[in-house]
Amino acid sequence: MSASDNMIPAPAVRSKPLIIRHLPYFIGAAVLVALAASMQFDGYILNILLQATTFSIAVFGLSVVLGLCGQINLAQAAFFGFGAYAVGLGTADLHLNFWLCLVGACAITLVAGAFLGMSTLRLGGHYLAMVTISFQQIVTLVMINAVGVTHGPDGVANIRRPELFQSSQSYLAFCVAMLAIVGYLVWHLPDTKLGRAMRAVRDNELAAGVNGIDVFRTKVSAFAVCAVLGGLAGGLFAGGFAYVSPDQFSFAESIQFLTMSLLGGVASPIGSVIGTGLLILIPEWLRFLKSVPGLYLAIYGLSVILIIRFMPDGIWGFVSDAFTRWRAHTKAPPVAGALQLKPATTGGDIVLEVTGLSKHFGGLKAVDGVDIAVKRGSVHALIGPNGSGKTTTLNVLSGLYKATSGKIVLDGTDITSMAPHQRTAAGLGRTFQNIRLFRSMTALENVEIGAERPGNTMIGKGDDALTERAMEALTFVGLGNRANELISSFSYGHQRLIEIARALASNPTLLLLDEPAAGLNSTEKLELHELLKRIAAQGLTIFIIDHDMTLVSEAAQHITVLNFGRRIADGESMAVLRHPDVVSAYLGSE
Amino acid sequence: MDLVLQLLFTGIGIGAVYALVALGFVLIFRATNVVNFAQGEFSMVAAYLMVVCVELGLPYWLSFVIALSGMALLGVIFNLGVYYPLRHRTYLPVIIATIGASILLSNSVLAIYGPQPQVLQGWFDTPGIQLGPVYLDSQYLLIIGVTILLVLFNFWFFEKTLLGKKLQATSQDKEMASLLGISVSTMIMITFIYSAVLGGLAGILVAPVLFVSIQMGSTIALKAFAATIIGGFGDVAGAIVGGLALGVIETFGAAYISVPYKDGFAFLVLIAFLVFRPQGIFGERVAEKA
Repeated sequence: MSASDNMIPAPAVRSKPLIIRHLPYFIGAAVLVALAASMQFDGYILNILLQATTFSIAVFGLSVVLGLCGQINLAQAAFFGFGAYAVGLGTADLHLNFWLCLVGACAITLVAGAFLGMSTLRLGGHYLAMVTISFQQIVTLVMINAVGVTHGPDGVANIRRPELFQSSQSYLAFCVAMLAIVGYLVWHLPDTKLGRAMRAVRDNELAAGVNGIDVFRTKVSAFAVCAVLGGLAGGLFAGGFAYVSPDQFSFAESIQFLTMSLLGGVASPIGSVIGTGLLILIPEWLRFLKSVPGLYLAIYGLSVILIIRFMPDGIWGFVSDAFTRWRAHTKAPPVAGALQLKPATTGGDIVLEVTGLSKHFGGLKAVDGVDIAVKRGSVHALIGPNGSGKTTTLNVLSGLYKATSGKIVLDGTDITSMAPHQRTAAGLGRTFQNIRLFRSMTALENVEIGAERPGNTMIGKGDDALTERAMEALTFVGLGNRANELISSFSYGHQRLIEIARALASNPTLLLLDEPAAGLNSTEKLELHELLKRIAAQGLTIFIIDHDMTLVSEAAQHITVLNFGRRIADGESMAVLRHPDVVSAYLGSE
Repeated sequence: MDLVLQLLFTGIGIGAVYALVALGFVLIFRATNVVNFAQGEFSMVAAYLMVVCVELGLPYWLSFVIALSGMALLGVIFNLGVYYPLRHRTYLPVIIATIGASILLSNSVLAIYGPQPQVLQGWFDTPGIQLGPVYLDSQYLLIIGVTILLVLFNFWFFEKTLLGKKLQATSQDKEMASLLGISVSTMIMITFIYSAVLGGLAGILVAPVLFVSIQMGSTIALKAFAATIIGGFGDVAGAIVGGLALGVIETFGAAYISVPYKDGFAFLVLIAFLVFRPQGIFGERVAEKA
């Protein structure tokens, strides 16, 4: 933990604007578009390229929802179909402008995706899988049976293209350009605030919530983005082929999209393109398989099982893993200065005021009418024997449990009925007894998510400010030089420090520490004690739960004791520890 | 009124099939914490096995025994090939693998047997009996009877036998169960065999009522899953009540509202439950402990 002392503060280096750094990508994309526009393909090749391009955009959607956010969507073909029918019916039957229809396709899928997501995403993943399958079946049913609108099994013919791209060649170039633009956005998404939130939700929903991320909204956003990309792709597809029919948007096609995504690598748009390209080309080479109905899809099914078993990250995942390991040894970004904690001070002398707090599970009164008042700038400890209701109290405070009755006021704001992420926005920071970090991310990325807390006044605008703040927090706990390593390469004690850094980066008004000394060896405990002193020295109020009496009695000025869910003592540390009720609760009475 | 009674009977009959498949879902879910998306394909495969055996000229009872033995074998293969290698991973890879298995099973049957729907005759020669205003189809009577027997068997097996209690212990806490000397992998194997046989039985029972087709598996599975959510996810009684309720709702919906959209009613009921009562009829909300 002494690393922070000998770290020489270097001046912050402003990185070049994104557009400049990513210039090679745009040049490459422009070359591809030019190639697509100028090379003379025969009709067969042109169709395959058009299919691969539009399908790739739909599979991008899956890389967002499944790869980034960890939610499943087995109805991507239905959203693809929505887009295709919007453009098809719009241009062929209603004679509307192509661009208008394409925008309409995106709007319809946005609404449908958001609605479907909102109905299911509060629940577990199994529900989402089944509901999306059901949705897919319903959409197919409607496409076939609502003959008056959709033309039923006959499908929609004479779909028009925009005036600008009448020839197939120019339309292909247009689709390749769209692919490049959407691909760029999806590729860049993981490094945006929304993208980080999605990855946090995928790795650990609970920790995401208490770090200020609205888990439900993030999931719905991911799902809606996926649906919109499906709709956009479908719209482009309809324009390309001029004819669509219900069998092109069946459940089997959804499975095909899923297989493409898994094969290439679900976490990246590059994987999407690889997977889509392979699964469009391979069947063309193996056309004889199509002569036996079913054989083809049976092989898809088998591939899904085999990919999941033997290559869970897909082809691209395999390649990029090697890259991530290499990046772990790259130098951490420079640190501008020491971490500044400026807890908000809108309320009065009491930062946290808990009155009459109760939490009952059925008949069990885990917490029963507890009052706690935490003074500003103090270190306040909550202790009690096993089963006394400490962790339940903390979970009610951070909003993971709903209070049965009572009131919680944080710095003048009543947070009793707020969701976890709203409490975090109101100024609450916490760590967990069993560490909850985002496992697939680096230490720096973990802390950045903390720094991104809504209402954090200590960071400026832009990604550089965010990285700076996160680096300061990591350096504060002594791990600044290992910022780019993945969480799995840190020891248990260091993971605990990263969790604390994540909470500190958010500049909370009150820091809740759930048994921070649990599982640490004696040296690590000493270091933790030092760290707590340094945090308290900056005026941040700490509310700590722990079993370690040495740590508690040395670090805390004020102690509240619980037993059987009730408060049995409260006051200045030494006096409380000598209190006869406390002694008997811990040691038994004579 | 007569029509209502007649529909009620048919609805309960078809609902009993959903209940049997839903029971298979719930048993696997409780043992492994995984939803098996190939559960419906068990029904489909069993129905095809039945058709093949009957066409070969084997007696009905022997075909029945062969088909169910085949399902037990499929349960073993399914566990070893799909679930077991992924047992330490999170739920997402496992459900994707079961979806892959579902696609593999249905399309393998399609590749072998072709797309033509098959007909399987019923167990009894007498088509049914007239009871007052209601015509009781013999196959529906059989379905309802077998379901009642199975529910009773299920209760006896899980509550009264040592093996049943071991299975329960495994589904509730795998680590503790293994510390007590229960072989967790054996218990999970038994669960998969039992679920495959249950699903197969449902398929064989319903085959004479519907056509035997490639799609029958996924159709039944969707309804059965909706039934488990309506009843309360992971709850045995909920699966049965949810299945029966869904069968009745669907039959009345087809009669009074629309036939082509018959398969859509389950979805609408499902969405309504998800929005207004996601814990189902019998379920309780559970929160993850921090």
